[in-house]
Amino acid sequence: MSDTALPGSAAGVSSASAEMTGARGAKPQRRISPRNIMIYGTLFVVCVYYALPLWVMIMTSLKGMPEVRLGNIFAPPMEVTFQPWVKAWAEACTGLNCDGLSRGFWNSARITIPSVVVSILIASINGYALINWKFKGSDIFFTILIFGSFIPYQVMLYPMVILLRELGIYGTLQGLVLVHSIFGMPILTLLFRNYFSSLPEELFKAARVDGAGFWRIYFQIMLPMSIPIFVVAIILQVTGIWNDFLFGVVFTKPELYPMTVQLNNIVNSVQGVKEYNVNMAATVLTGLVPLFVYFVSGRLFVRGIAAGAVKG
Amino acid sequence: MDYSIQVKNLTLNFGNVSVLKSLDLDVKEGEFIVLLGSSGCGKSTLLNCIAGLLDITDGQIFIKGKNVTWSEPSQRGIGMVFQSYALYPQMSVRGNLSFGLKNAGLPKAEIEQRVKRAAEILQIEPLLERKPAALSGGQRQRVAIGRALVRDVDVFLFDEPLSNLDAKLRSDLRVEIKRLHQRLKNTMVYVTHDQVEAMTLADRIAIMRNGVIQQFDTPSGVYNRPVNLYVASFIGSPSMNFFEGKLTDGGKTFEFADLRIPVGDYAFDSKPADGTKVVLGIRPEHVSIGEEAAKSSFSVPCEIEIVEPMGAEVVAYTRVGGQTLTFRCSSDIELKDGDKVTLGFDIARGSMFDATSERRL
Repeated sequence: MSDTALPGSAAGVSSASAEMTGARGAKPQRRISPRNIMIYGTLFVVCVYYALPLWVMIMTSLKGMPEVRLGNIFAPPMEVTFQPWVKAWAEACTGLNCDGLSRGFWNSARITIPSVVVSILIASINGYALINWKFKGSDIFFTILIFGSFIPYQVMLYPMVILLRELGIYGTLQGLVLVHSIFGMPILTLLFRNYFSSLPEELFKAARVDGAGFWRIYFQIMLPMSIPIFVVAIILQVTGIWNDFLFGVVFTKPELYPMTVQLNNIVNSVQGVKEYNVNMAATVLTGLVPLFVYFVSGRLFVRGIAAGAVKG
Repeated sequence: MDYSIQVKNLTLNFGNVSVLKSLDLDVKEGEFIVLLGSSGCGKSTLLNCIAGLLDITDGQIFIKGKNVTWSEPSQRGIGMVFQSYALYPQMSVRGNLSFGLKNAGLPKAEIEQRVKRAAEILQIEPLLERKPAALSGGQRQRVAIGRALVRDVDVFLFDEPLSNLDAKLRSDLRVEIKRLHQRLKNTMVYVTHDQVEAMTLADRIAIMRNGVIQQFDTPSGVYNRPVNLYVASFIGSPSMNFFEGKLTDGGKTFEFADLRIPVGDYAFDSKPADGTKVVLGIRPEHVSIGEEAAKSSFSVPCEIEIVEPMGAEVVAYTRVGGQTLTFRCSSDIELKDGDKVTLGFDIARGSMFDATSERRL
C-alpha cells in the first residue's frame, strides 16, 4: 500500500486516499500464472519446432565434411568454416558450369526484377481502368481474366512453349519474363481492382471535374494512395517469381537457369560425395532474397492485405 | 437566352433500369436550385449527368446556351462539391485548390492569386499548408467548396455537401453557403434529402421521385400549393393530415365520415365533378384552436390524445371523423391529454387532391 502513496505524504493518510483515488483500471495480473506459463510454453515449443530446421541447416553449413559425417546434426560446429558457403556461391558444379550459385542468382535477378516491374505496372493500370473507366464489356473482360487464374499451369505449359517458339524468344530470359508477367496478371489485377474499388469514387469524380485525364488521375491521385497495395504486390511477385521452379526449368536453358533450378541441380547431383554442408549453404543462400523481402516489408504487407480485405 | 442550365428530355438507363425518365429542367442565371427527394429518387444521378460524370442515354444538356451533352466535366464550366469532401489526401489544401488550375495550364501567378482569393472568401488562409487529414469536417468542406470556387465557373454543383457534418456545423455552413451565393451570384444546383436545407437555401426546389421531377417551384409554392399527394406528404414536418372523402352538393361540400366541410372558399385549379373522390390535406400548422378555430371556415370539437411539447411549440394528436389529426400550436396554449378542444381550419389554406390521379384539384 505504501508503495502507491505519493512521496512526502504521511503513510496513514495516503493509504486511505490511495484507496479513494489511486486504484484505477483492471486488476494487475501476476506475470507468472498458470495461464501465462501455458501460453508462453506453447509459443516457445512452436518457435523451437519451426526454427530447428533452420538451425540444423546453418550449423551443418558451417561444418567441414568430416564433422558432418559424425552425424550430430543439432550440435554446433567444433571448427567453424565458411568454405561450404564459398563453394556453394562460386565453385559448385552443375553440368559443365562450375561457377556455383552466383550464376543462378544473377539469372534470377534478371528474371525477377523486370517481371515484377512489368506485371505490377500493367496489372495496376488494369485494375484502375476496370474500376474507374468502365468500358463496354469490361466486366466480361474481368471475368475471363479471373477465370484464367483457375486454370492449372500445367495445362498451359505446352501451348506457351509453342507461343514463345513462334515469337522467337523460347529459351531466353525475355521469354521467361513474359511468361511470369502473364501468369501474374489475373491475381494482381484482382488485387489492384479490389483495392482501387475501396478508394472513394468521389475522389475520382472530383479529379475529373478538375480536368485530370486517365494518366494524371492514375499517377497523381491513385498511385500516392495505393502504396500499401503496391508493397503487397511486390512481395507476392518477388517471392513467387524468385521461388518459381517449373517455368524456370521449362522456358530457359542451362546457362540461364534461375537460382532455384540450379540449387536443385547442385543438391540432386548424383555423382560424387553428397556434400551436405555445401547443399545447406546453397539452400540458405537461395532463400535469402524472399526472407529479406519479408523482413523488410512484413508490416506493410499485413497493412496492405488488411486494407484490401476490410474495404474490398 | 438567360438560362444557365437547360436539361432537355434527359433519359438515363442502367441496363434495363430507367433511372431518369425524359426529364426537363431549366435553371435561370444566378438561381439557387435544390434537387430534393428521398434516397434513390435520382437526384444525385441528375447532378452527375449535369456534371458530365455519367454518360446519358438520351437527351441534351446546355450550360450557358452551349450544348455540353458530350463535353468533358472540366470543359463544362462547372465546379462540384461532394458529400465525402473528396479532397486529395496526399496534397495540402493549397495543392487541392490548385490541382484543377494546374491541369488547365494556368500561369503560376494566376493560380496563386485565385487560391488566395478563394481562401480569403472561405477563411481558410491559415490552413493552406495543411493536409486534409489535419482538418475538421467543417474545414474540409470549406476546402471542397474552395476547389469549386477557384475554378471561377458559372455553375456550382453541390452533392449533399452537408450530410456528413453534425447538426450545429450543418446549420452554420448552410448559412455560409447562402451568403456565398449572395456574394458570388453564381448559379447553384444543390442536391439534398433534407427539406430544411431545401426550404432555406433554394430559390426554387425540384422535388424528385423515381427519376421524375414532381414539382419545380419556389419553396412557398411547394409548401402551399403542392401539385400532388407525394409532394404534399413529402414536404413539411410533421407531415400533412390527409382525409379521404368525396365532393357532394354540386362540388361545394367535402364529405368525409360524418363530417361535412364547405369548400366554397377553395380555389380549384379545375372544378371537379360532383361525387369525385377527393383527398383533403391540411398542414398541422394551419389547424387553429379555441376562439380562432371558431372564426375559421370549419371547426369541430375533439379530444386531445397525445401531446408532444417541442419547446416553442406543441404537437398534439387528436381524432377527427375516426382519423388521426396532427396539429401544431404555440406552447403558450396549455394542453394535456384528454382535453376537450375546438379545432378548425380555413379550407382556403388546405390542398385537395383527386383520390385516383393524386393530382391537385
